[in-house]
Amino acid sequence: MSVVLDADQVARSLARIAHEILERNRGIDQVALVGIRTRGVPLAKRIAKSIQDISHHDVPTGALDITLYRDDLMRTPLGPQPVVRKTEIPFSIDDKRILLVDDVLYTGRTIRAALDALIDFGRPRAIQLIVLVDRGHRELPIKADYVGKNLPTSAAQSVQVHLAEIDGRDEVEILP
Amino acid sequence: MKKDLLGIADLSPEEIYLVLETAEAMREVGRRPIKKVPTLRGKTVVNLFYEPSTRTRTSFEIAEKRLSADTLNVAVAASSVLKGETLVDTALNIEAMSPDMIVLRHASSGACHLLSRICKSRIINAGDGMHEHPTQALLDAFTIKEHKKTIEGLKVAIVGDLLHSRVLRSNVLLLTKLGASVWVCGPPTLVPPGIECLGVHVTTSVDEAVAGADVIMMLRIQQERMQGAFFPSLREYFNVFGMTAARVRGAKRDVIIMHPGPMNRGVEIASDVADGPYSVILEQVANGVAVRMAVLYLLAGGVEDEAAA
Repeated sequence: MSVVLDADQVARSLARIAHEILERNRGIDQVALVGIRTRGVPLAKRIAKSIQDISHHDVPTGALDITLYRDDLMRTPLGPQPVVRKTEIPFSIDDKRILLVDDVLYTGRTIRAALDALIDFGRPRAIQLIVLVDRGHRELPIKADYVGKNLPTSAAQSVQVHLAEIDGRDEVEILP
Repeated sequence: MKKDLLGIADLSPEEIYLVLETAEAMREVGRRPIKKVPTLRGKTVVNLFYEPSTRTRTSFEIAEKRLSADTLNVAVAASSVLKGETLVDTALNIEAMSPDMIVLRHASSGACHLLSRICKSRIINAGDGMHEHPTQALLDAFTIKEHKKTIEGLKVAIVGDLLHSRVLRSNVLLLTKLGASVWVCGPPTLVPPGIECLGVHVTTSVDEAVAGADVIMMLRIQQERMQGAFFPSLREYFNVFGMTAARVRGAKRDVIIMHPGPMNRGVEIASDVADGPYSVILEQVANGVAVRMAVLYLLAGGVEDEAAA
């Protein structure tokens, strides 16, 4: 087990991403952040806070649960269904630039499901993707627009993101 | 979850809470501009209703469609049942077309258990005779939980035709499992013998049942199931057991009043109570869709033990 990002590095990555968002999206009032459950949600809130600190703009945030859109549901005869949690997007996404936030980008399947889910809420002007860690091994043609850290991994390894809001500490580690 | 949903009797408190939490997420789907998710794409659900039903059948059908299942309603009145086909034969024939789930309503208690033994499809009980109506109890629990935050420790008064009511049985089983104090009340002729074994307080006084209640649940007088005279007249029934505004005053100030429908206005419930500020009767109907979506989703998954897989 090795720690690849500590709390300071996580904070700096998110602050940098906030600056990049402001740089790339002139007219920040048309931007909204949507975090993918579970750990994308606190990340989206932190980025919104950073943007607020830098530019004094309130960026709305929402939470998206992609379980009902997964492509691996009901493919095995054994075991219970994954737990479905609530999606909360308390604003219209029509004509907004939606910044989708997740902790780890891996196969790309979660993002595929999230794109399908988002489109059911309206027609955003654009969707961009923010991830804290990109660990490679894509199985679908999906690419992140903002990356906290690119992390070369082998498929056998597992990347764990811990966030203070959920796990009590900020840390990213690789498990063998 | 087990293979089938036959009754609340088979569910653990954890499974009940899982359904209620999943229903919370499902309800949000019904509030979107596009009220549909692709979750049950390619699954076929047959709604097999041997008894008349508006609410339950519509509610299941909407739930199935919102999850993108292919649904099929077998209207028994226009089916081979009229030519004398038995339930088992009808079920085996439907099963031959490989549906994934069968939602069954039947006038005989135990009909769902019978199908559960012979069918590979998942069976969901939408009401069997005087036995159980599990999705009704689950949507009632969802509605109560929404208003009262918790079910444990509440006083729930259930008043009406206790004898013929499957809603009563399912609700008593569920509410006692989750720690509510349940009072049941009805004319002595409509109190099933031995009901106290289910851990409920039994009374024939509406005022005693309602005193300090958090929830009042009214049950329909089921005239279609009554063979014999259980009480002198509907008017007398209303005078003694009907829920009136005056009787509601004995309950807690934030009481909610429920009814599984269809209502007999002026028999078990006065119109001003049914339409009044404490009534959550239409919320129950709305919540039914979310709860049934949750049940369909959870049952569509893998089974717990390998033997059944």
